[in-house]
Amino acid sequence: MHVRHLSLVDFRSYAVAELPLAPGVTTIMGLNGQGKTNLVEALGYVATLGSHRVATDQPLVRFGASQAVIRAVVVRHDRETLIELEITPGKANRAKIARSTVSRTRDVLGTLRTVLFAPEDLALVKGDPAGRRAFLDDLLVARQPRWAGVRQDYDRILKQRNALLKQSAAALRGAGGGAGGGPRGRSSGQRHQAEPDSSQASALHTLDVWNTHLADVGSQLLYARLRLLRDLTPLLAAAYEEVSASQATTTATYRASLSEPLSAAIAAGAVPEVEQVRAGLLDAFEEHRRAEVERGVSLVGPHRDDVQLALGPLPAKGYASHGEAWSLALGLKLAAYQLLRRDLGDDPVLVLDDVFAELDTERRERLAALVSDCEQVLVTAAVGADVPDRLRARGVTYMVTLGEVTRVD
Amino acid sequence: MYEGIVQDLIDELGRLPGIGPKSAQRIAFHLVQTDPADVARLSQILADVKDKIRFCDLCGNVAEAPRCRICGDSRRDSSAICVVEEPKDVAAVERTREFRGLYHVLGGAISPMDGIGPEDLRIRELLSRLADGGVTEVIIATDPNISGEATATYLTRTLAPLGLRVTRLASGLPVGVTWNTLMR
Repeated sequence: MHVRHLSLVDFRSYAVAELPLAPGVTTIMGLNGQGKTNLVEALGYVATLGSHRVATDQPLVRFGASQAVIRAVVVRHDRETLIELEITPGKANRAKIARSTVSRTRDVLGTLRTVLFAPEDLALVKGDPAGRRAFLDDLLVARQPRWAGVRQDYDRILKQRNALLKQSAAALRGAGGGAGGGPRGRSSGQRHQAEPDSSQASALHTLDVWNTHLADVGSQLLYARLRLLRDLTPLLAAAYEEVSASQATTTATYRASLSEPLSAAIAAGAVPEVEQVRAGLLDAFEEHRRAEVERGVSLVGPHRDDVQLALGPLPAKGYASHGEAWSLALGLKLAAYQLLRRDLGDDPVLVLDDVFAELDTERRERLAALVSDCEQVLVTAAVGADVPDRLRARGVTYMVTLGEVTRVD
Repeated sequence: MYEGIVQDLIDELGRLPGIGPKSAQRIAFHLVQTDPADVARLSQILADVKDKIRFCDLCGNVAEAPRCRICGDSRRDSSAICVVEEPKDVAAVERTREFRGLYHVLGGAISPMDGIGPEDLRIRELLSRLADGGVTEVIIATDPNISGEATATYLTRTLAPLGLRVTRLASGLPVGVTWNTLMR
């Protein structure tokens, strides 16, 4: 698929912008702070209904305006679809597909698919585990929308369980402390001597219920992540090798917060059945109960897992050079691109935001070669010379100056 | 802001569930302009509700007597109990006219985030109703959301030792709806 036209009204720094696009490569050049990234951010918004830079909509609307509008004409298999989005901070956004208003904005999802690589993605390699988990989960949702619901259910159950751990800390501590426990009369505020015991039993029983539900949903999520990673790893290795021409083997190891031997098997690349994962989670809850009660948070489950990326024998985080980390992050995004392309039988739109400046000449050329068969690629760069000639020769170049977009030939 | 009693009325109406500031304002001015007799009737009903309405001693449903209409109806099948979260759920099941047994209203669902644990629900009352052995089937009809499901699991486990037939309402795709509207 590709985008034939992008137009913006009061979006970020643009009062009005019209950007005709075509298959092939579009290079967007401009000095810092002129609004290059804003253009690709708008495109990303049409695809994901979110920005890769900010969590709220307010900064997306031009200062002083109340509403931003993004219009994009998406072409897939020679069929054009016009998507219009009105972003009104503080209110529900509105969406139109082919000029008719859709009842739910999220109906727009799936019409345009993009894979965006931006400087922020360096955090996939160097940053916290949360970023890597989000990368996997977002990709799951992009492939199959139903995972959005599973993810949401998991977060809700987790919140309830954490609330329970905090609230019932006193009761659970007595229960988790093993047989004999502490002196029973300690809670002197209680009217009856027998009450601590029954509240222990009740708190344990309730915790058990939440354990079951967290394990039910958590095992599905974990299983899905493992299958995704199994599909993604060879693509990652290939993409990294092609970008970097390095002999170092890339590995992505899933670090599950489960107990041995299951987590060791998972780290070794095995994908256990959902039922096994579920049992593993339940065992791990039992094992960590004391620590969970002490700290009042859930310490086991997909929300505590990580994906360890490594180049050869060394973990990328901490050991990889800046260029290597950059290439690895790029490799992850390119692998995601390949996976979606395979699923869809169609090319997503590839967006490379400010990528080339960070790569050496050789890697630039390799990346240019790698993306040469993509249907549509959008590239932003501050310095035109950073973008390999062979890439710019495949399409048009725009220059952005103070929110004005002009074509350069 | 309006003066004195008008603003008080708007504030009070705005505290009701589902009524925002604008609706509260609209209702307030409607009342101001309405025939005094109509307002008097409304205020009388509001006062009566608190006086007369109580909760059924047996099932916890809203009632005007110690027993609600359903618990007091000898034609109902007293061997089956349908467990629901709120009185409004009783009305929902009744509308189907399929269930001829009795109800038990829990008064909510387990939700640690809202500070609601099993001991805050009418589970003890349910157990004492089941104690005499007259009930042979319990149908759990809590909402199919996170707290409702947790409550159902809790109940299923608590009731397991009693050897009753414990069932849940089916959930899934409704029959008679086209795939087109469901597959999202």
